[in-house]
Amino acid sequence: MREHTVLRVITKLLIAPIIIFALYVQFHGDYSPGGGFQAGVVFAAAIILYALIFGLAEARRAVSPDVLRITAALGVLLFAGTGVYAMLQGGNFLDYDYLAHDAIHGQHYGLLLVEFGVGLTVVSTITSIFYVFAGRGRRTNEHET
Amino acid sequence: MIEQFFAQMPALVIVLPLLAAPMCVLLHRAALAWFVYLITAWACFGLAFLLFVQVKIGGPISYAMGGWPPPFGIELVLDSFNTVVLLLVTGIGAICSLYAKASVAAEIARERAYLFYAAMLLCLCGLAGITVTGDAFNLFVFLEISSLSSYGLIAMGAKRRALLSAFQYLIMGTIGGTFMLIGIGFLYMMTGSLNMADIAERLPAVADTRTVEAGLAFIVVGASLKFALFPLHVWLPNAYTYAPSSVSAFIAATATKVAVYALMRFLFTVFGAAYAFDELPLGEVLMVLAVVAMLSGSMAAIFQTDLKRLLAWSSIAQIGYIVMGFALASSAGITASVTHMVNHGIIKGALFMAAGALFWRLRTISLNDIAGLGKHMPWTSAAFVLAGLSLIGVPATGGFISKWVLLEAVIEPGHYWLAVAILVSSLMALIYIGRVVESLYFRERTEGQAVPGEAPPIMLVATWTLVLANIAIGVHATPLVGAAERAATALLGGGA
Repeated sequence: MREHTVLRVITKLLIAPIIIFALYVQFHGDYSPGGGFQAGVVFAAAIILYALIFGLAEARRAVSPDVLRITAALGVLLFAGTGVYAMLQGGNFLDYDYLAHDAIHGQHYGLLLVEFGVGLTVVSTITSIFYVFAGRGRRTNEHET
Repeated sequence: MIEQFFAQMPALVIVLPLLAAPMCVLLHRAALAWFVYLITAWACFGLAFLLFVQVKIGGPISYAMGGWPPPFGIELVLDSFNTVVLLLVTGIGAICSLYAKASVAAEIARERAYLFYAAMLLCLCGLAGITVTGDAFNLFVFLEISSLSSYGLIAMGAKRRALLSAFQYLIMGTIGGTFMLIGIGFLYMMTGSLNMADIAERLPAVADTRTVEAGLAFIVVGASLKFALFPLHVWLPNAYTYAPSSVSAFIAATATKVAVYALMRFLFTVFGAAYAFDELPLGEVLMVLAVVAMLSGSMAAIFQTDLKRLLAWSSIAQIGYIVMGFALASSAGITASVTHMVNHGIIKGALFMAAGALFWRLRTISLNDIAGLGKHMPWTSAAFVLAGLSLIGVPATGGFISKWVLLEAVIEPGHYWLAVAILVSSLMALIYIGRVVESLYFRERTEGQAVPGEAPPIMLVATWTLVLANIAIGVHATPLVGAAERAATALLGGGA
C-alpha cells in the first residue's frame, strides 16, 4: 500500500498517538481501567498497522522478531521475578506488601512492575504471531533461525 | 530464612519452572537450556518430595498467593491426594530431563531445541499448577498453560504428520478446556465463589438447580476430553505417535493423570461424592465408559503395527482402569485409582522411553523394523519387557499391585462383571505386549535391515530408573498403597 499517500500520511500521524495511548493504559492501569494486557494489544496494533501500510519487511527491520523473542521472555521473567523478590523479602509469592517500606507503596510498585511484565510479553507475543501469519508462504529466514 | 523457604515451597514448585522457561529462551544455546531444564526439574522433584513428607507429618497445607487470604485470593492447597500426584508429575519430569538431551539432539533441529526445553518447563509448570491449586479458575488457567505448551511440543515431532496431530489435539483440547471453563462459570454463577473449598460449602444450598447439574456435566465432559476417556479419545493415538520421544514419555505418563486428578478433585472435593454419585447416575455412566475404553483400547492396541501407536491405544485402555476405580466412589475404589495413576505413569513412561530409545537408533519403530533387536539392544529390550509385564499385571511388578487393589475394590460391592472385564483386558494386554516381545526376541533381522548397537547410556539410565521404581513398588507396595489410602480418606472428607 506504499502508493496510497493518504494512508501513509495518516498512519504516520496515528502511530505515535497510538503508542502514547498504549503507554498511558499501561502505566495508568493501576488507577483506571486498563493494564498490561490491554496496553500490550494497543501497542502491538501500532506495529501491525505499520506493517500493513509499509510492508512486513520494513516492520521486521523496525521491530526484529529476534528482539521480540527476547522481550517476550523478559516480560515473563519480570513478572515471576517480582513475585520471587517478594518471597525473598519474607512475603508470599506476588505479595506486594513486602516490596517497599510500607504496604501502599509496595502494592503500587508491585502492580506497576507486574503489569509492565505482562505488557512486554503481550506486545512481543501478538506481534510475533502476526509476523508468523503474515510471513506464511513467503520465503523468510524465520524458519531457519 | 529456612522457615521462609519451607513456607514458600507450595508456590516454588510452580514458580521455579515459570522462571526457568524464559531463562531457557534467553540463554538460547541448546546445552545451556537443557542444563536449566535439568536443574529445575530435579529441584521441583525435591520440593514435591519435601511437600509430600510435610503433608504426611503435619497435615494439609494452605498457601495464600500474593498474601490475599482465601477465599478472596488464589489458594494453593496441598493434601494427601495431590502431593502424590505432584510427586508423580515432578518425578517423571525429572527423569525425562535426563532422557531428553540425547533424544532431543536426534529429533529436533538444534536451533529450536531451547524452545523445546522452555515448552517442557511450561508444561511442567502447568501440570504442577493444576495439582497444587485450590482455586477452580486458577486450575483452568494452569490447564491451558500445560495444554498450550503440549500442543507446541507435539508439533515439534520429526514427521510432518506431527503438525496435523498437534492441530487435532489443539481442537479437541480447546473444546475440553472451554467446557471446563463453562462448568466453572456455572458454579461461579450459582455460588459466587471460585475457591474450591468455598464452593463446596455453598453448593448444597443450590445443588438442585439445572445450572449446577449443567456445570457438573460440562466439567465431566471437558475433563474426559483431556484424559481421553472413550469415546473422546480420538486425538490421543496421533498425538502420542507423532510427538518427539521424550514428549510422548512425559505427556503419556503425566498429562492424562493430572486431568483425571482434576476431575476427581471436582467430583469429590467440590461437588461431593453424595451429589455426583448418589443423586446423579454419574458412577454408572463412567463405569460403562471405562469398561468400553478398557476393551476397545486393548483390542485396537492388538492390531497396531507401530509401537508408539500401540502404546497410545494401551493408554486409552489403562485410563479405563483409573476411571473405573473412582467411579465406584468408594474408599477402596479411589485407592485403586490413585495407585494405578502412579503405576501407569511409571510404566507408560518406561515403555515410551524404551520405544524412544529404539527410535533413536532406527528412526522408525514399526513392529517389523524392531525384529530381532533383543540381541542387539539387550538393555532397551529388557526394560521394555519388564515394563510390559507390569502393564499386564504380572506379580512382583507395580501393575500387579494396581490390579489387585482394583479387583478388591470391584469385588467388594459384588461387581463381578467388572472383575471379568479387568481380567479380559489384562489378557488382551498380554497379547499386544506379547506381539512386541515376539518381534524383539523371536524374530531374526532380515537382510538389508541395519544392525544397531545399544542406545546411549543416559537414556538407558532414565528408562531403567522407571523400570526399577516400578519393580520396587511391586515388591514393597505398602508405601504407595498407604499413600493412596490416605488420599482416598482425604478425598472422601475424612480428614487429611
